[in-house]
Amino acid sequence: MSGHSTYEPKTAIERWLDSRLPILRFSKDHLMDFPTPKNLNYWWTFGAILAFCLGAQIATGIVLAMHYVPNAAMAFNSVEHIRRDVNYGWLIQFIHANGASMMFLAVYIHMFRGIYYGSYKAPREVLWLLGMIIYFLMMATAFFGYVLPWGQMSFWGATVITNIFGAIPVIGPSLTSWLWGGFAVDDPTLNRFFSLHYLLPFVIAGVVVLHIWALHVPGNNNPTGVNVKDKTDTVPFHPYYTVKDGFGLSVFIVLFGAFVFYAPDAMGHVDNYVPANPLVTPQHIVPEWYLLPYYAMLRAIPNKLMGVIALGVAIGVLFIMPWIDTSKVRSMRYRPMARWFFFIFIVTCLVLGWCGAHEPDAVVIPGVGAGFTLGDYPINSDVWLSRLGMLSYFGFFASLFLVPMFETPLPVPESISEPVLAHPATVPAGATAAPEKKG
Amino acid sequence: MLRKALALAAVSWLVAAAAQAATTALPPKDVHWSFEGPFGQFDQEQLQRGYKVYHDVCSACHSMDLMSYRNLGQEGGPFYDPKYPNPNDNPYVKAIAKGFQVSDIDQNTGDTIHRPATTADTFVPPFPNDAAARASNGGALPPDLSLIIKAREDGPQYVYSVLTGYVNAPAGLSVPAARYYNPYLPGDLTSNWTGAGAAPPGGFIAMPLQLTANRVTYDDGVAATADQEAKDVVAFLAWASEPHQTDRKRLGFSVMIYLVLFSGLLYASYRRIWRNVAH
Repeated sequence: MSGHSTYEPKTAIERWLDSRLPILRFSKDHLMDFPTPKNLNYWWTFGAILAFCLGAQIATGIVLAMHYVPNAAMAFNSVEHIRRDVNYGWLIQFIHANGASMMFLAVYIHMFRGIYYGSYKAPREVLWLLGMIIYFLMMATAFFGYVLPWGQMSFWGATVITNIFGAIPVIGPSLTSWLWGGFAVDDPTLNRFFSLHYLLPFVIAGVVVLHIWALHVPGNNNPTGVNVKDKTDTVPFHPYYTVKDGFGLSVFIVLFGAFVFYAPDAMGHVDNYVPANPLVTPQHIVPEWYLLPYYAMLRAIPNKLMGVIALGVAIGVLFIMPWIDTSKVRSMRYRPMARWFFFIFIVTCLVLGWCGAHEPDAVVIPGVGAGFTLGDYPINSDVWLSRLGMLSYFGFFASLFLVPMFETPLPVPESISEPVLAHPATVPAGATAAPEKKG
Repeated sequence: MLRKALALAAVSWLVAAAAQAATTALPPKDVHWSFEGPFGQFDQEQLQRGYKVYHDVCSACHSMDLMSYRNLGQEGGPFYDPKYPNPNDNPYVKAIAKGFQVSDIDQNTGDTIHRPATTADTFVPPFPNDAAARASNGGALPPDLSLIIKAREDGPQYVYSVLTGYVNAPAGLSVPAARYYNPYLPGDLTSNWTGAGAAPPGGFIAMPLQLTANRVTYDDGVAATADQEAKDVVAFLAWASEPHQTDRKRLGFSVMIYLVLFSGLLYASYRRIWRNVAH
C-alpha cells in the first residue's frame, strides 16, 4: 500500500544507518509519506487522540509509581501524599485519573466510527480484532488502576468484579481465591493489581504497534467506504493529517483540561475518598462510567452465572462483528436502514449506562410510579429497562446479519474523489487533484 | 466456607442496593461559597476562623490525619504569610504546633517521651486508636475530617446542613440513647417510627449539636453565630480536603487560554495546508 519508498538518505551517516537499520526510511514511509484517503473527517482524528492518551497515561503513571505505595495500609495515604505534598502531584494524579475516562471516551468514539463506516469489514478484520484486544486490555488496566487508591469503591469494586469469576462452575471459588491471593480482596490482591496495572499499558502499546501495522497493510478506510483507486484519492499523512489530527487533539485536550482543572472529581465517586474498609459496604457499588453498560447487563439477569455469561457474550460479540455483518456496502452513509439501527445502538448503550448507574429497582418514569406492573413484573424499573436495553444491544448485532436481506443500499460512489468533486462548493479555486509535495 | 463468603458478598451487594432505596434525607441547604466555581478562592480570614472552630470544637473528637501543622502556613492556607515562603519558618504556625504534645522516643535513653509538636508533625489525633475513639463516643467512630468534604456528595452543602440542621425529633420517633435526630443525615427511620404516615426523612447521628452561638470567640471580631461557625469550619475543611485547589484553578486558567489559542493556530494551519485539496 505504501508503494515505493521515497526516502533518500542525504548524508553519509544516514546512508550508513539505512543499510544497517532502515529506521529512518521506515519512519518516513509510515509516519510521513503514508498515502491516506483525503476525505477522512474529524471522527478519524480519534486514533491519534488515543495514541496521545496512552502516552499521557504511561508518562503520568510512571511518575505516580515513583510515589505510590502498593500496600493496603499505606496506599490510600500515599495517593493523598501525591496530591498534597509531591510537586505538581495533584496535577499528575488528576491527569492520570481523568485520563482513563478521556481515553475511554475516545475509544468509544473510535469504535462507533469504525462501526458506522464499516471499518471492521474485509480486508480490515485483523485490524478490528487487534483493536478489540486493546479495548479489552484497557478495561482490565482501568479496573486494576481504579483499585490502587484503595478507597471504598476501589475495594468493593474489586470485590464485586473478582466475585464474577466465582460464578464459573466447579473451579470458580478456587479461581477467585487464586486471583485474590487469599480469601478476600486484601494486600496480596492490591500488590498483584499494581504489578499488572504497570505491565498492561506496555502490552497495550505493543498491540497498538500491531494495530497500526494492520492498518498500514490495507490502508485507512474512509467515510465513503470505497477503496482507494489511485494517487488522486490520497494525500501524504504528513503534513495533511498531522495537522488535522493535531487540531482535533488540541480541541480534545481542551475538554480534558476542563475536567482536570475544573471538575477533577466529576468522573469519580465520593466513596473513593473514604479509605477501604472490608467491614463497611458502601450503599451503592458502581463501576466507573465506561463500564456501566456491562454492569447493567450483568445485573439484568437474576442468575449470577447467566449474568456473567451475558456479560462475556456482550463483549465477545464485538470481536466477531466482521463475520456477522453480511452487507457488501461498508459505509452506513449508503445504508438507509442499517444507519437507523446504528443510532438506536448508540442510544441503547447510553440507556444501559444510565441503568448501570442506578439501583436495579429504581423507578424509570417517575410519574407512573414503581407499582406499575405487567402481569407480576414491575416493568417501570431499572432492571426491566436494562433487560430491554440488552435485547436492543444484541438486536443490533442481529440487524447486522439480517438487515442486508431487506435493505437496498443507496448508490455508492465510484471513487473517493467522485463525491468530493460532485459538490462544486467544496472544490477550492485552483484545486489540483495531485497531492502536494510540501505543506 | 468460601462459597458462603462469596454468596455473602453477592447478597450484601444486593442488600446494600436495596437499602439505598429506603434511605431518606432532606436535600442539603443551598449555600454559596467563596471557593465555588472556576474562579472561586478561599477567604483567608474565613479559613483562620474555620481552623479555630476545628481546633476548639471538632478536634476534641475528630482527627485530621492527612494534615500537618506546616500545611496551615503553606500558600493558600489559613496562616500563609508571604514573608515565610517556607511554612516551617512561619512563627505563627510554629507556635500552633508547639501547643500540641506528641509521643516520641528519647534517642539517648530509648524511653517513650512527650515533646512539643513541630511544624512537620501531623495533626495530633484526639484518641490514640479507633477503639479508644469508639469507647468515648457511645460506640460510634468520629470520622477523620481530612477528606470529609470530598467524601460526601455535595460536600460543603451537606456538612453545613448536618452541622446546622439539628431539630427536635418529631413526636412518634423514638430516638435511641446517645443518638440525635438530624434530617440531613441519610438514614432509614422506619423501625423507630410509630407516628402516622411515612417515617420522617433523615437519620440518627452520634454527635450532638455542637455549633451554637459563641461556642468559639473569633479573634477578628466577627460575630460567632452558629451559622457563621458552620460556614467557617466548612470552608476550612473544604480547603483541607484539597489544599492545592486554588493553584489548580489558577494554572487551569492559563492552560486553557494557551490551549484555545494553540487550537486556533492549528486550525489556521490546517486550513492553509489543505487549501488546495478538494476533500
